[in-house]
Amino acid sequence: MLQLDRLTFTQPGFRLTADWQAEPGSLIAIMGPSGAGKSTLLSMIAGFLPPTSGRVLWQGADLAPVPPGQRPMTILFQDQNLFPHLTVAENTGLGLRPDLRLSDADRARVGQALARVGLAGLEERRPAQLSGGQASRAALARALLRARPILMLDEPFAALGPALRAEMLALVREVAQETGALVLMVTHDPEDARALGGSLAFVTDGVVHPPVATGMLLSNPPPEVLEYLGRK
Amino acid sequence: MKPRLAPRQNLPAHLLAGLLLALVIAPLLAIGWRGTGISLGAADWAAVRFSATQAVLSAVFSTLLAVPVARALARRQFPGRGALITLMGAPFLLPAVVAVLGLLAVFGRGGMLNQALTALDLPPVSIYGLHGVVLAHVFLNLPLATRMILQGWLSIPAERIRLAQSLGFPPRETFRHLEAPMLREVLPGVALVILVICLTSFAVVLTLGGGPSATTIELAIYQAVRFEFDLARAAGLAGVQLVLGGLAALAAWGLTRPAGFGAGLDRPLRLDAPPGWRRALDVLALILTGLFLALPLLAVLMRGLPGLADLPASVLPAAARSVGVALVSAVLATAAALALALSAARRPGLWVETAATLPLATSGLVLGTGLFLLIRPFAPPMTLALPVTVLVNLALSLPYLYRILLPEARALHQDYGRLADSLDLRGWPRLRWLVLPRLARPLGFGAGIAAALSMGDLGVIALFAGERQATLPLVVSQLTGAYRMEAAAAAALILVALSFALFWAFDAGGRRAAA
Amino acid sequence: MHGLLHPRPFRRTMEKMMKRHLLAAGLLTIATQALAETPVLTVLTYDSFTSEWGPGPAIEKAFEETCACDLRFVPAGDGAALLARVQLEGAASEADVVLGLDTSLTAAAAATGLFAPHGHTPQLDLPVEVADPLFLPYDWGWFAFVHDRTRLPEPPRTFEALAASDLKIVIQDPRSSTPGLGLLLWVKAAYGDRAAEIWQGLADNVVTVTPGWSEAYGLFLEGEADMVLSYTTSPAYHLIAEKDDSKAAALFDEGHYLQIEVAGKLAATDQPELADRFLAFMLTEAFQSAIPQTNWMYPAVTPAAGLPEGFDAFRPAKSLLMTPEEAQAARDPALAEWRTALAK
Repeated sequence: MLQLDRLTFTQPGFRLTADWQAEPGSLIAIMGPSGAGKSTLLSMIAGFLPPTSGRVLWQGADLAPVPPGQRPMTILFQDQNLFPHLTVAENTGLGLRPDLRLSDADRARVGQALARVGLAGLEERRPAQLSGGQASRAALARALLRARPILMLDEPFAALGPALRAEMLALVREVAQETGALVLMVTHDPEDARALGGSLAFVTDGVVHPPVATGMLLSNPPPEVLEYLGRK
Repeated sequence: MKPRLAPRQNLPAHLLAGLLLALVIAPLLAIGWRGTGISLGAADWAAVRFSATQAVLSAVFSTLLAVPVARALARRQFPGRGALITLMGAPFLLPAVVAVLGLLAVFGRGGMLNQALTALDLPPVSIYGLHGVVLAHVFLNLPLATRMILQGWLSIPAERIRLAQSLGFPPRETFRHLEAPMLREVLPGVALVILVICLTSFAVVLTLGGGPSATTIELAIYQAVRFEFDLARAAGLAGVQLVLGGLAALAAWGLTRPAGFGAGLDRPLRLDAPPGWRRALDVLALILTGLFLALPLLAVLMRGLPGLADLPASVLPAAARSVGVALVSAVLATAAALALALSAARRPGLWVETAATLPLATSGLVLGTGLFLLIRPFAPPMTLALPVTVLVNLALSLPYLYRILLPEARALHQDYGRLADSLDLRGWPRLRWLVLPRLARPLGFGAGIAAALSMGDLGVIALFAGERQATLPLVVSQLTGAYRMEAAAAAALILVALSFALFWAFDAGGRRAAA
Repeated sequence: MHGLLHPRPFRRTMEKMMKRHLLAAGLLTIATQALAETPVLTVLTYDSFTSEWGPGPAIEKAFEETCACDLRFVPAGDGAALLARVQLEGAASEADVVLGLDTSLTAAAAATGLFAPHGHTPQLDLPVEVADPLFLPYDWGWFAFVHDRTRLPEPPRTFEALAASDLKIVIQDPRSSTPGLGLLLWVKAAYGDRAAEIWQGLADNVVTVTPGWSEAYGLFLEGEADMVLSYTTSPAYHLIAEKDDSKAAALFDEGHYLQIEVAGKLAATDQPELADRFLAFMLTEAFQSAIPQTNWMYPAVTPAAGLPEGFDAFRPAKSLLMTPEEAQAARDPALAEWRTALAK
């Protein structure tokens, strides 16, 4: 279980708190106006940003002393998910072993993961030779190999068209299912939240509200969500 | 309790910085300890003023003149471009006296310039004086500045260039939005290293200065140690030199602004090459610089060739010794500078910054004498000649390396630091798969500079000299001291050629690895 | 000695210090431990004395044949560096003998109290009487302005004539170079209170002031100046080694200042007898005959075979020399005059 225990980040003119928990395997979209602190939340959970107070716990253990790479999670950023000087296979292989000392079996798993996300045959390409969708797929393939219990996505498909985005979200769901991961996905698009399914944590006025079933929230929105959605 | 971040304090880098500072300051204290009170006279302050003046002028001219040259190289394609960029490494590596003689062949009383002026019935110009000192320093440092600035140009991501192109930016706007921020990040550091190295310049200033009004701090130190054995005064002068270097570092620190371009995907894309007068200007900048650099180098080559045939056999072992020392020094200096640059990229700090700059501002004589005094109670200095040489080479070449690496290390951290952290890419794998490939170009360039600098070894360690284990610079000096100017010129040519070969090997290696 | 056609090192100057290229040093040298029974005599000297082209190798061989010892030359930069080194090391020095100081430095060297009397009263072939209880001369030379007679057939015969001419000269800095200091004392010895006036007259003749002898001589050979401060024996090098008789030393009516190079025994030596034997050996034929064509100076005792060709070509009629004490006292005021006159 992921537990955000009165997790707070403050700096002049900005405050964010979250105090809720999530079960393994749940799918949670995090939505809210820009600047509300969605990415800040992920940064704190991922260990890039020390919280001002409060704790992040996983299965009861405080993650504060754990460096980002050893936390039980994989994160996909808005962009820069791949190292441009490494091939697709190497970028993916980092998910198995950061030192890239891959055995034949490891290499086979890399190939399978790439095939699983639809990138079979592109192993030797460099990121500059991939389309945006392909780059996201490669990053997902790596998440598949890392198989960490939490998968966090920070608006990873913002640059893709609607059809491609839907496809990628489906892929995220599949990856989550196969690895049993808890998904936390930052988005600004209610359609993405709906497509992910699961629940939705809305961020407003410096608070990340506890997740609520997405369908329920969107069909019966409270005023601040209504305002965000632009409906009256 | 305040939650803390995962351990990321870069302890080794801070230790290293502390060690460097100790290396700079301990000899000063060791010397000052032996003296009895420091008093600097009017002549000393005149030397301080002159040192500072010529250093500032040299840094400003070298840096500003390098900008149009680097830009022309960044945006023009022409045959020989690669060769010209490589040639840029050469002047910096010339021993001061060799460089001076090369310059005199062009600008001296009987040089090409004055011959041309005489042929045109124009009055001759004299190179001796402040302007000659600045000219020589520009000759030595402009190429280095150009290379460092060019690196900045090449690091502007293609994505940003494409954006500028898609917005139809005219050259002026491209400059404002892309080039100016890059220069703001790169120029202060470039000017800083040049200023500090010129501050301690000795032979160039004295030979071309034209008289005692061109007296630098380093000469005053020399006089204090050698003729007066006034160690306290030497320490005081060296202290003033360090303070000036520290102030320069502080100023550069305040002026530097990260460009913040963000990451790119390594797609090759070149800046627009505007036609018209801008093209003419680029061509002019390249031709003038090419001539300015190539003619004195050519003179060095021509002076050296005739003596090659009757060089003494001792040149060979001396050359081998020099190359060995250079390689060891270069590897260690590169590793140390990389550690400092990566640490500074993660967490900028004046501490590391100062430690990585001040060694340049140390007086060679004070450093050598101080180390000698410090080591003597524990071991015969002669037995430590090798480690001390490597240590001194490391300290004196590290500042260049650090400047070369820092902007790229910063960009690396901003662009890929989090991704690497999130993938648990640490230690050797991080170095192997992220840092080395991404920084291959500056690492190769920097290691080349360090190796070449370590070839010309330093008066610093003259006190540690043992029995007849000559290095190449010592042979050159012995030959000139023995009237054998022709053989000396040939040995110097070999020294320059070897330095250049080392530089080229590292530099080209880095560029290939980056490609 | 074979290889007489090869020019030999001559003058140590002070280029060591320059930042980027420089002298350096015997890297890698772990002093080979001599066999325990063989006594070691350590002689601190200037670099060019020990170099392949210097007198060092021949002298080492000759002395070791007679002394049943290991003679070890330790290079310590140039003449002035030598004195600084002795002062740095003090009584703890491993050196037994210091060789290569000149008479403008011996007063300061004597004042350190680190040297012991040598006890010799030798017959020397020097133009002046020198009797110093602490320091024993081994070679000497006259400072002179060297020129190319094909370009300058009629050189000036006095400093005043030089100052009045529009000839260009290169000199060395008295603050970093022993020849530079020698010139300062030369003008002072010749003109006394008029020295400042002479320097003011020379100011427009001085192209530049170099840190050491070799830069100045290099500039002269490159044609940057008509004359360079060097030694009367410099033309002999070109004559003997290069078969070139175009170089000449201008003889000045005022007389020429002498540089006398000396050696002394350190009081704290652990080999006093061996040191004494070395000093005695220094004035024998084996040592002295090595000097002219390696150090390009006059030997303190003329060898039986006489002097090489060219050594008699430029002999001044009058020699100038201050006592070490006079030289010491004159230096600072002369330096101030020099600096004021040349700082245009």
